[in-house]
Amino acid sequence: MATPVPILRMSGICKEFPGVRALSDVDFRLMPGEVHALMGENGAGKSTLIKVLTGVYDIDAGEITLDGAKVAFANPLQAQQAGISTVYQEVNLCANLSVAENIFIGREPRRLGRIRWREMRRRATALLDRLDLAIDVTAPLSAYSLAVQQMVAIARAVDISARVLVLDEPTSSLDAGEVEQLFRVMRRLKDEGIAILFVSHFLDQIYEIADRMTILRNGRLVGEYLTSELGQVELVGKMIGKELEDLTELDEKPKELEAVERSQPFVEARSLGRSGSVEPFTLTIHEGEVVGLAGLLGSGRTEVARLLFGADHATTGEVAVGGTPVALRTPRAATARGIAFCSENRRAEGLIPDLTVRENIVLALQAARGWSRPIPRRRQDELVDKYIQALRISPANPDQLVKNLSGGNQQKVLLARWLIVEPRLLILDEPTRGIDVGAKAEIQRLVASLADGGMAVLFISAELEEVLRLSHKVGVLRDRRLVAELPNDDDLTTGVLMETIASGGRT
Amino acid sequence: MSSDVVTSGPSGPKGRTADRPARAAVLRGRERYIPVMATGALLLAMFVVGGMRYEAFASGQIVLNVFIDNAFLLVVAIGMTFVILTGGIDLSVGSVVALSTMISASLVTGQGWPPLLVIPLVLLIGAALGFAMGCIIHYFDIQPFIVTLAGMFLARGLCYTIGTDSIPITDETYTAIAQTRIDLSAEMFISPSVLIALAVVAVATYVLHYTRLGRNVYAVGGNEQSAMLMGLPVARTKIAVYTISGFCSALGGVLLSFYMLSGYGLHAVGMELDAIAAVVIGGTLLTGGSGYVLGTVLGVLVLGLIQTIISFEGTLSSWWTKIFIGMLLFVFILLQRLITARRP
Repeated sequence: MATPVPILRMSGICKEFPGVRALSDVDFRLMPGEVHALMGENGAGKSTLIKVLTGVYDIDAGEITLDGAKVAFANPLQAQQAGISTVYQEVNLCANLSVAENIFIGREPRRLGRIRWREMRRRATALLDRLDLAIDVTAPLSAYSLAVQQMVAIARAVDISARVLVLDEPTSSLDAGEVEQLFRVMRRLKDEGIAILFVSHFLDQIYEIADRMTILRNGRLVGEYLTSELGQVELVGKMIGKELEDLTELDEKPKELEAVERSQPFVEARSLGRSGSVEPFTLTIHEGEVVGLAGLLGSGRTEVARLLFGADHATTGEVAVGGTPVALRTPRAATARGIAFCSENRRAEGLIPDLTVRENIVLALQAARGWSRPIPRRRQDELVDKYIQALRISPANPDQLVKNLSGGNQQKVLLARWLIVEPRLLILDEPTRGIDVGAKAEIQRLVASLADGGMAVLFISAELEEVLRLSHKVGVLRDRRLVAELPNDDDLTTGVLMETIASGGRT
Repeated sequence: MSSDVVTSGPSGPKGRTADRPARAAVLRGRERYIPVMATGALLLAMFVVGGMRYEAFASGQIVLNVFIDNAFLLVVAIGMTFVILTGGIDLSVGSVVALSTMISASLVTGQGWPPLLVIPLVLLIGAALGFAMGCIIHYFDIQPFIVTLAGMFLARGLCYTIGTDSIPITDETYTAIAQTRIDLSAEMFISPSVLIALAVVAVATYVLHYTRLGRNVYAVGGNEQSAMLMGLPVARTKIAVYTISGFCSALGGVLLSFYMLSGYGLHAVGMELDAIAAVVIGGTLLTGGSGYVLGTVLGVLVLGLIQTIISFEGTLSSWWTKIFIGMLLFVFILLQRLITARRP
């Protein structure tokens, strides 16, 4: 076990952004030679804490000590020089340069200003050997997998005298073998006495590699625990912030599953998967059925949706829509078959902020008709007015720019856009995130009534209550795998869902 | 893939993780050289075809003449290579060349200044112009295209404030340099300008491959954001490449004034595009991060040889040069696209 003297200690850290208290009075300590997991749901303050530590943000209150000395970093470079290096999910290296250069650029061994290439290669090889990585250091970085690139980034960090290594979601896009390779390197560095701060949404990985964990929730410290002493169910409970018992009773359920299962299956995915993204899953969505997808952030919920919408290419499996096998190679192909996708990232992937409400709403319909058949203005106005009223978009002004609307109303505009094309399957990815309670209830009501009208809905949400309230059946994802498909009957509660998420359906 | 085979610790199967990427690396390592090799092969083919079609084509002096006639373009294109390697572009080079000839001619002929003073001054002005554009591009975060476009108009306009007509240079030093032939053998010779251009090539190659500045140029072109996060001096590097390009343009202008023995506001019209074409045909990626000085040399030779072939042909109008260059550019851009296209 780690020695009792922490190399890094953060105490009483507070960080405020305009209107948000991102961190309040958080303590954190890191021992040399340990892998310490930082846990928490989205918005819990993990990234803020890491950014405070690595000098991206300054702190409003509290202090950071490294090796007993008080430190304050103005930028990541200073933190790096002090021995705190960060490797992010997306590798911040230059793929066009060789592996050796990526490790040494800016610090190349030189003689009279001339770079000593041979010396550089020798050192790079030696360094990577230490990490158990035997690769050709003269090859460009782009020749290697993301996993190897990450390890090269780690090698660079370690060589710049890192004593504290921050790994921010390094495993998000790695496959199982690559994760194992990364863990081998992490264990080796740990044995050398380097303190590693590890962030991952994969619970299994945390339990495999981490010695200790610190849990944050809503910018506050929940506690520090030894991994061996905290069960997975307790961990999920602490992250979500509700004890299991509080969640086990719940209200209204949608209609019986059998009723909808009797109708036509609309989409059938068989062993559909994409390597490095989501493992093969089999899922059937019937007409008039709401299928919920539950799972922690990064568990593969959005990836499933993107596969069904053709936004990503599947590497395995097949899809049948309305009984006919089809290749959903592009979103356009999916749209043509009546599939619509409301992205969770409404600003980046959905709405066009500088267009008006009307223009945003008719966009998908116009795209479906083709540019040569513009929708007459009168018809546009009719449709838009109808949906503005039906969804209670406010202000009820079709000429308002979308960027001036509140989050909830933006979401409704996005919904309206897809409803107008009358899809047969509507994929909703986090439709209620970040919007107020009233709008949330309206959207939920709408989803239920759409399903009553025969539309198939795939409903993705981080909020288990919401998933339970709306869905006929719930698919549970964990670590990019569909681990369970549960009928939403009287026995299914948020507690059961949480246990399934925590245990991976193995109980 | 069976992940359970991979165990932790030093006894892990090292070979297994090693050989797969290494094999891919061999392919990738070669891919980098494909464009340069393609240009080299093209050049060779043009020689063979030319040699077969025309008498007196297959002589060493033909090659040397290409160098002599394009020494200034070569120098300008080397500067452009630096800029394009960072992912930028410099449209001002042709105008800076013209401005350099104009300043040289007016000071030497009009004012009677000694060439030894005028030439360093011209080089300084070119570098300063490049430096200024580099600063604007970096610190105000403006597209290089538009900044250097402004520089192009500015420099071209400045030519006409000096004079609207061609100013002949009759200075002895200039005429002496223009007439000097450096004999390589009985029937082969080069001009001093070629030596200067080759020296620029040598220095540029050294800087790009053996100095930190050079490697930073590649890093910035590969991924500017990453270069910043790796603590590299991005600002210095970007400003440096435009300064180098400005310097090379001015030097190209000096060489052109040796070649033309005049200064004129209409010299080197469109040369920026020739330089860009030479760099791209030489295999340097317009998006930055990949390319070689040698490629640019080959690119300039290809352009020069096209002109030579067309003049040998005799019946073709010189506009055919443009047509061939246009077609070659298409081919090379497509080639780059195929090489850099990621496998799905």
